[in-house]
Amino acid sequence: MPETDRRPGSRRQASRRVTLGGIPAWVAAVAVIGALLIVVPIVSLATRVDWAHFGSLITSESSLAALALSLRTSVASTALCVILGVPLALVLARTSFPGKRILRALILLPLVLPPVVGGIALLAAFGRRGLLGAPLEVLGVTIAFSAVAVVLAQTFVALPFLVLSLEAALRAAGSRYEAVASTLGASPSTVFRRVTLPLVLPGLVTGAVLAFARALGEFGATLTFAGSLEGVTRTLPLEIYLQRETDPEAAVALALVLVVVAVIVMVVTYGRREIR
Amino acid sequence: MSLDVRAVVEPGRLDVSFTLGEGETLAVLGPNGAGKSTLLDVLSGLVRPDSGHVRLDGTTLVSMAGGERDSWVAPHARGIALLAQEALLFPHLSVRDNVAFGPRSAGVDRAEARRIAERWLRRVDATGLADQRPRRLSGGQAQRVAVARALATEPRLLLLDEPFGALDAGVAPAMRRLLAEVLAERAVVIVTHDPLDALALADRVIVLDEGRIVEEGPTREVLLNPRTEFTRLLTFGLGTI
Repeated sequence: MPETDRRPGSRRQASRRVTLGGIPAWVAAVAVIGALLIVVPIVSLATRVDWAHFGSLITSESSLAALALSLRTSVASTALCVILGVPLALVLARTSFPGKRILRALILLPLVLPPVVGGIALLAAFGRRGLLGAPLEVLGVTIAFSAVAVVLAQTFVALPFLVLSLEAALRAAGSRYEAVASTLGASPSTVFRRVTLPLVLPGLVTGAVLAFARALGEFGATLTFAGSLEGVTRTLPLEIYLQRETDPEAAVALALVLVVVAVIVMVVTYGRREIR
Repeated sequence: MSLDVRAVVEPGRLDVSFTLGEGETLAVLGPNGAGKSTLLDVLSGLVRPDSGHVRLDGTTLVSMAGGERDSWVAPHARGIALLAQEALLFPHLSVRDNVAFGPRSAGVDRAEARRIAERWLRRVDATGLADQRPRRLSGGQAQRVAVARALATEPRLLLLDEPFGALDAGVAPAMRRLLAEVLAERAVVIVTHDPLDALALADRVIVLDEGRIVEEGPTREVLLNPRTEFTRLLTFGLGTI
């Protein structure tokens, strides 16, 4: 990392000098518009916050209930993403079998699927009359419109983020260290635990943080599959949407909380690395 | 006889058959793409031959006849260590833990694995490096640690794949001396494109071209009096010196 070797003064100087690096000026101009499209709404949000009552707005009973539920369910779905995503990423990165490309496409489908559609699909599987939901109902287990449904919805949309970044890390690490470990007498399980996992830990952390962020922001699938019951399934994004009708000030304040969380996630994930 | 090999890897990558006596060192010579690395991968278990067998010290590691009695022992259960051109020390483990990795994998307890590691580090003159991380080592130091790591598993057979290939010319002779010392009394297959390595380390040599053995025999005999033009070119006329 050459950045750390530079003195702070020279670094400031370097970032002040503007060079176009050979790209047309109009391309740079369009790029500026593109960046503004993202930045202006975020900044505007901050200007709309009623700072005098910010504290009381985000600590109202319903807000705190939503925040607590969001954190609990997001942590749970991130854990579920790690438990299921690590084996999935390993299978995609290391094994070969017919239909692997199709499997990968299916697993990554939630990335491009409208979350509402994901919610309807989850209902079709786990709803009271769903494919798996109906037999479970007979056993006395109801999943839809419960906190478990929130976790399932979040896991459904967040899992591809973890699988994608971990698979990339596994491919980048290659299998040469694993081959050496096996010739040193390590069984496949030992290789996994003592070589593979430690080598891709940064990729796993990145994937888990991205999955957590995606779970925290989940709206469409959650609303469709889990509903909006205060304290049970009404997560922070649902609470914001609901408050917008009755108490716009509270909605803006809570929205800013999610922006701050998102910024923290980006800093943790991409902060100290140069973007390639 | 400690090693008995007959291996065919299609399509035309490898078709060899040879044996190796107890404690003997065999050098496999040949140009790039001759099948040397494929041969090592078959021995270590990273590649399955299409047909043939590998027997080591009386146990059958591979037996492929295309029938139902095919058998194949996984790499970690073979007792065959591989030392590659690059040291490939595990970057997340200290030098000591790298060397202790093999014994730990074999079920040796932490304290004993540590003692074994320190003994082998002393053997390759790398005791002072024990607490270092691999990324801080020079190429020569890393390769010495890799030798210790491979030998700490007490392999029944040691495979060396161009062990001097990535080393600076100044470090290679010391490494060659170290290997000559620790490899004596051990069954070793060393793959190299450098006939000098073969002369320094090997009792016997086979010359590979396009996956087939074109010449084999005692090292000095083959290298100093090559019977084929191919070997003569490969050894750039060592025999005329």
